[in-house]
Order: sequence, then C-alpha cells, then structure tokens
Amino acid sequence: MTNPILELKNVTTYVNRHTPDEQKILRGINLKVYPGDFITVLGSNGAGKSTLFNTIGGNLAVDEGQILVNDKEITHLSEEKRTRFLSRVFQDPKLGTAPRMTVSENLLLAEKRGAHRGLVFRGLKHQMPHFKAITSTMENDLNHRLNTPAGELSGGQRQALSFLMATIKRPDILLLDEHTAALDPKTSQELLQATDERIKEDKLTCLMITHHLEDALKYGNRLIVLDKGQIKIDVTGDEKQRLTIDDLYKYFEI
Amino acid sequence: MSLITSAIGQGFLWGILGIGLFLTFRILDFPDMTVEGTFPMGAAVCVAAISHGVSPILATLLAIIIGMVAGLVTGLLYTKGRIPILLAGILVMTACYSINLRIMGTSNISLLGKQSLFTNHLLESLPKYFDSVSLGLLIVIIVTIILAMFLQTNLGQAFIATGDNETMAKSLGIHIDSMKIMGLMVSNGLIALSGALVAQSDGYADVNMGIGIIVIGLASIIIGEVVFGNLSMNQRLVAVTCGSILYRFVLLIVLQLGFSTNDLNLISSIVLALCLMLPTFRKALHLDRFIKNGVKTPLPDKKVRDHD
Repeated sequence: MTNPILELKNVTTYVNRHTPDEQKILRGINLKVYPGDFITVLGSNGAGKSTLFNTIGGNLAVDEGQILVNDKEITHLSEEKRTRFLSRVFQDPKLGTAPRMTVSENLLLAEKRGAHRGLVFRGLKHQMPHFKAITSTMENDLNHRLNTPAGELSGGQRQALSFLMATIKRPDILLLDEHTAALDPKTSQELLQATDERIKEDKLTCLMITHHLEDALKYGNRLIVLDKGQIKIDVTGDEKQRLTIDDLYKYFEI
Repeated sequence: MSLITSAIGQGFLWGILGIGLFLTFRILDFPDMTVEGTFPMGAAVCVAAISHGVSPILATLLAIIIGMVAGLVTGLLYTKGRIPILLAGILVMTACYSINLRIMGTSNISLLGKQSLFTNHLLESLPKYFDSVSLGLLIVIIVTIILAMFLQTNLGQAFIATGDNETMAKSLGIHIDSMKIMGLMVSNGLIALSGALVAQSDGYADVNMGIGIIVIGLASIIIGEVVFGNLSMNQRLVAVTCGSILYRFVLLIVLQLGFSTNDLNLISSIVLALCLMLPTFRKALHLDRFIKNGVKTPLPDKKVRDHD
C-alpha cells in the first residue's frame, strides 16, 4: 500500500489546559489519509470536527501527538507555511474571499498560495483567459463577473469562488469545512456536484465536513464519524458503499 | 489669489500625510494613532538636523527613516506584543512627544537663516507661494506613482488582501503580521516626510504641531471620498490629495469668516464629523435621488450585498 499523504498520530487538544476547567477536545486521533482519498467527516456538534480541521490547517496548536505530511512531521509548522501544500474552504462565504477585490484579483491571489510574493507586477491581464475558463466550469455566471468585487456576489457565487480559489493551485490536501452549509439546497447541491467533479478530475485528496448524512454517503470513497473527540467509524470503499442512511441514523441515536 | 495659491501648496504638503494615513486607515482598515507622534517627529528630526548643518535633502530622508522606525515599533507592539492597535499607537505617540523634545532640545526650533528644501534658486525665482506648490506637487506625484505601482505588484496585492480579509490572506499563505508592519512603516515614513516638508515650508518645528494631525489626515481621505465617490484604487490615491487641498480651502474660508487659528482643531473635527455623517444624513433625508454622485458605499461598510 502507498504511504499516507497525511497522518495523525494520537493527536490530542485541550481547552483551558492546566486549569480546573480543563477539557479534552480531540482525544488521541489516529488517522491515515491516502493520496486520492475523498473523506466525508460526520459528527454531532462539539464532536471535534472543526478542531480536527484547525489542527491540520495549523491555526490550532496540537497539545499531544504528531501530524505528518508525506512522512514529514509538520506538527509545529506555521499556518502560513502549511498553505504550500494545503488549502481550505470555510463554511462562511465571507471568510474565503476578499470583498473589495475583484473576482479575478481574488483568483490571482489564490494562484500564489504559499508562494513568495515579491515586488513583481501581478500580470492580471495575462491570466484573464485562464480565469475565464475555470470560472465557466461553475455555471453560475461567475465567468461574467470577473471584474466585480467579490463582496457584491451572491453567497453561492462567493462560495464557488472560494472553492475555485482553494483548487486553482493544486493542493496536496484540501479541507472543506461544511462549505455548502450556508447555501440554499439547490445551490448547495450544484456546488457539491462541481466539487465532486473537480476532486475526481484533479485526483485531489480531500476531507469534507458535512451535516447531511445523504451527502456523506453519496460523495467520497471513505467516511469517518467523530464522536467526543474520537473516530468512532471509519469505512472505506465497498464497505462505505454498503452503508445505508439507516445505519448512520442508528449510530446517531445511540 | 495668493491665499488660494498658498492653500494649494499646503494641500500638497499635507496631502502626503493623507496618503500615508490612507495606507493604514483604508487599506489595512485600522486607525493608527502613531501619526500624532510621527508627524512632529519628522519635523523635529528634519529641522534639528538642518540646524546642525546637515543638508536639507539628507535631513528630509532622515525624517522618513525615523518615521519608519516609529511605525515599526507600533507594528511590533501590535502584531508581536498583541496590544490593540489603538493603544499601541497611543503608546508610541506619547513616547514620541518626549523623544521629539530630546531631539530638538527645546519645544520650538526656527529655521531662520538656515537652508531648506525650499531655499534653492529655482524655487526662489518663482512667484510667492509657488515654491510649495511646485515642490509639493512634484513629491506628491512621485509618492503617488510609486505607491500605485507598488499596489499592483504581488506584494502590494497581498498587502491589500490583508486589510480586506485577514482570515483569507492567512489561508493563502500571506504573512499578515509582516504586511501590517510594512504598512505601518511606510505609512509613518510618509507622515514624517509630510511633517518634515511642512516644517521646512513654515520655517520652524514645534513639539505641539502633532496635535489633531490624525483628524486632518482623515479629513483629506474622507473629503476626497465624499466628493469623488466610487473610484479605483489608483484614483483614490489621487483623491486623497484633492481632498487635502479642498480641506485647505475650507480652512481658508473659515479663517476669512473671522475665526482664529486657535479654533482650527475644533473646525477640523466638525468638518470631519459632518463628512462622516453625510451618508447617514443622505439616507435619512432621501437625498440620494438628488445627488447622483457621492459616497455610495464608503469603505468601512463591509456587508455583503446580494447581487442585484
């Protein structure tokens, strides 16, 4: 078997550590993510899904345990440096785009994710055909709004832009934190569909948090369920295919 | 006529203050109080250096560097020391007051009989007040062009993105702390430059010349926005200088009405407050129908508009 692209070894985090209110959020997470995995992450509120993403993304320190990417330890690597191989889409459409900058300016920024930004002219015009092409894949009129400030887009367009920005420069690991939760059901399904296509096309490795059991079953090749800071279910391939919504409901009732 | 020429010249020299403040107040989106210390610091350093025999050009450059150092201190307190920006600025501003007194040795130094950037044959051959107009215009043009070009570079775009959406900037690998420190340094360097120029134009530096400076800088920015409305980034840089000149005209009118120079800080605050409240007034009085142009969405308003 190939080596995991991302590995979490006994990752533990606390809040209010060394105080009487000390509480464990992640309780020794062990997870191996292999290249090409598309993992849907389920779990009730407070199960630690977002905390898990934050530790992988680097904006939350790991208290115990290790995180490895391509067998190299990155546990203490800064958030900025991790962006060289990792990208994220947030739940809130406002968090993923710069509102006063245009759609194309946002894409240009994202194309340089994790790269050095020097005193070189940005070369926006040169990139416009490329931006036109990739925004056309979204089928929500984004390709006609390249010169519109991102703050004037609809929520759906803005989130589609966030997703394009996260994938315009191929990430080794893509984290989707309920990126369609703020959208209406139709827009949400369209973006999920586009997400799925893009992940398959570029053979991306992705973890996606969702609250929709149907979506968790429909998308991805692997499914994990977090509960009280631990991975309770981890199913892959055929086993995941056989999983039904009733199985999941049964689990959540316990 | 000469009063108007003088106002335009002052508008250019003070416009550089507005441009400097624009970098932090509008692009990075926070108020930097350091201004109140770095403006007189630029003046103090420049005038003290000149009176010790340093050439005016070198003295002006020295002022810029010292201003940048003060900006660096505020930046470090804010980003590494985690002190809120308003407080960090006030701390440095207060410290600057003592430092300025140290630099000058007294609360007021005159440049009488000394060289300055304005004492050269070319500028002196011009009609009265045209020296500050031409030198001010030249420096404003240079500063505006350099900044406009900088903002179009990859680094400049990262700088804009930091002020626009910190979370996003971070998630794209932009070092937001470095961007903020850089912004504060360049901003305060420009503000010290403005202080150095104003001091050389006025012929003296005074330790109290920083009081109310932030209001004057903000007034240039806001008046420019109110008058010219929605603009591109480059146009907005130019609008700041135009706003600064218009503000000088307002002061001119006020002084003609019989107010004394002691009233100027009060007037400045009133002008700024009125400009800031204008969008609210417009909404309340439905003036939008009558005034086509103007502040459609001033920048602090960051709410997401659905596409319409």
